[in-house]
Amino acid sequence: MLLIHCPYCEEGRPELEFRHAGEAHIARPENMAELSDEDFERFFFIRSNPKGIVYERWRHIHGCARFFNAARDTVSDRFLTTYKAGEPKPDLDGEGK
Amino acid sequence: MRKYSVFAIAREAMRGHKGWPEQWSSPEPKKSYDVIIVGAGGHGLGTAYYLAKEHGITNVAVLEKGWLGGGNTGRNTTIIRSNYLYDESAGIYDHSVKLWDGLSQDLNYNVMYSPRGVMMLAHNVHDVQVFKRHIHANRLNGVDNEWLTPEEAKAYCPPLNISREARYPVMGAALQRRGGTARHDAVAWGYARAAAARGVDIIQNCEVTDINRGPDGAVTGVETTRGTIGAKKVGVVAAGHSSVLMQMAGVQVPLESYPLQALVSEPVKPVFPCVVMSNTVHAYISQSDKGELVIGAGTDQYTSYSQTGGLHIIQHTLDAICEMFPIFTRMKMLRSWGGIVDVTPDRSPILAKTPVSGLYVNCGWGTGGFKATPGSAHVFAHTVARDEPHPVNAPFTLERFRNGRLIDEAAAAAVAH
Repeated sequence: MLLIHCPYCEEGRPELEFRHAGEAHIARPENMAELSDEDFERFFFIRSNPKGIVYERWRHIHGCARFFNAARDTVSDRFLTTYKAGEPKPDLDGEGK
Repeated sequence: MRKYSVFAIAREAMRGHKGWPEQWSSPEPKKSYDVIIVGAGGHGLGTAYYLAKEHGITNVAVLEKGWLGGGNTGRNTTIIRSNYLYDESAGIYDHSVKLWDGLSQDLNYNVMYSPRGVMMLAHNVHDVQVFKRHIHANRLNGVDNEWLTPEEAKAYCPPLNISREARYPVMGAALQRRGGTARHDAVAWGYARAAAARGVDIIQNCEVTDINRGPDGAVTGVETTRGTIGAKKVGVVAAGHSSVLMQMAGVQVPLESYPLQALVSEPVKPVFPCVVMSNTVHAYISQSDKGELVIGAGTDQYTSYSQTGGLHIIQHTLDAICEMFPIFTRMKMLRSWGGIVDVTPDRSPILAKTPVSGLYVNCGWGTGGFKATPGSAHVFAHTVARDEPHPVNAPFTLERFRNGRLIDEAAAAAVAH
């Protein structure tokens, strides 16, 4: 069970309060109808699935119900940081592991 | 390879069992091979075996970063079935079930395939309709599957609780009698021994750290923790780590890796005659020949390579087991563990050529790859040897996520397999 810090509630809570919501920082294209099949595949199906730091969305569904982002090491499952939706992707190169 | 037989056992019994040879050798890697298979699980070892047996390609190495069969092959709940909805899936999974039947003789290794029947429980009207649709679709594809009433289900599996008072009462079940279990370790060991006997090098503790490509982009070999090894063709069969390996060759695959857990109870006398699955309350259970109840839980919600999962996932599964089988409410659980499963968006595997010449991938088996081991290995060997897919795996392309020809077992099952 993960312990997750919600950046809105500013509290660490058990994973049961949260819903994972996939990889973060994937912008929905504004010109969806004009996308090539390759670009649509990349947007819709391809995920980075890193062995290392993943940037992912979580939703504090049994708390404030808001979406936020997290950086987590997928080898240790340790959270490096969580941050509010809309904030830029933190530069964490070299950390984790 | 010395053949295993009743006579060999008798001879060795007289000699105090001192004359058994090693089942496969551990050679130093050669400078280069015709084919390198990355990943010595059941699918990878099987691929090497069929390359040697059916295609005459014996200059093959299987590279494994850990130990043989130490990944998902040794971590699954050993369920075998082929009652999938879509024609393509029925084709590949039933190809596998046909190979399971006779695999022990083929490998001269007892994989303990036991077609004891797989029963999938329906708990609501939607389940009943979906399973009946599956049964009809399966029978059109020549796959056995039949509908049981709750009473018939109870007769087939006496520990089952069919009380109408249950929170999720059993409204019926779909039974595939040819489904069952096999001994997972024996599958890896049997393929390894039979492949090694045909000249395949099985190299353990040899992690692939990069995939080398020549000026024309074609694969030329791999970098490993035991040096550079050349190869004309490389087949990636690395389960949860497939996307990591494919990125080394610059190929992006639509995979996400999740922890999937299983657990076993203390061993007890034979009490559970078949495999029971429930998608709705999410539990899989059978009894091993050693007597342990083997229970499959669900995936965690987040991607991970940690080979562990949350305890609440297991607890959720045990809730369901206790309700379906009140006889087990006081059972003690012995061990639990996790494996990393590579899940595709449509929950169907990818067995295909890649955009890189000489690079092939067999991945995306998600939560249900064990059952497919022989069939997957058989058709993937064909794909690697002939540089074109076998008709059975032709639909399982990498391009289907671009051209839309999905094999959407995710929608068909609505849960993990």
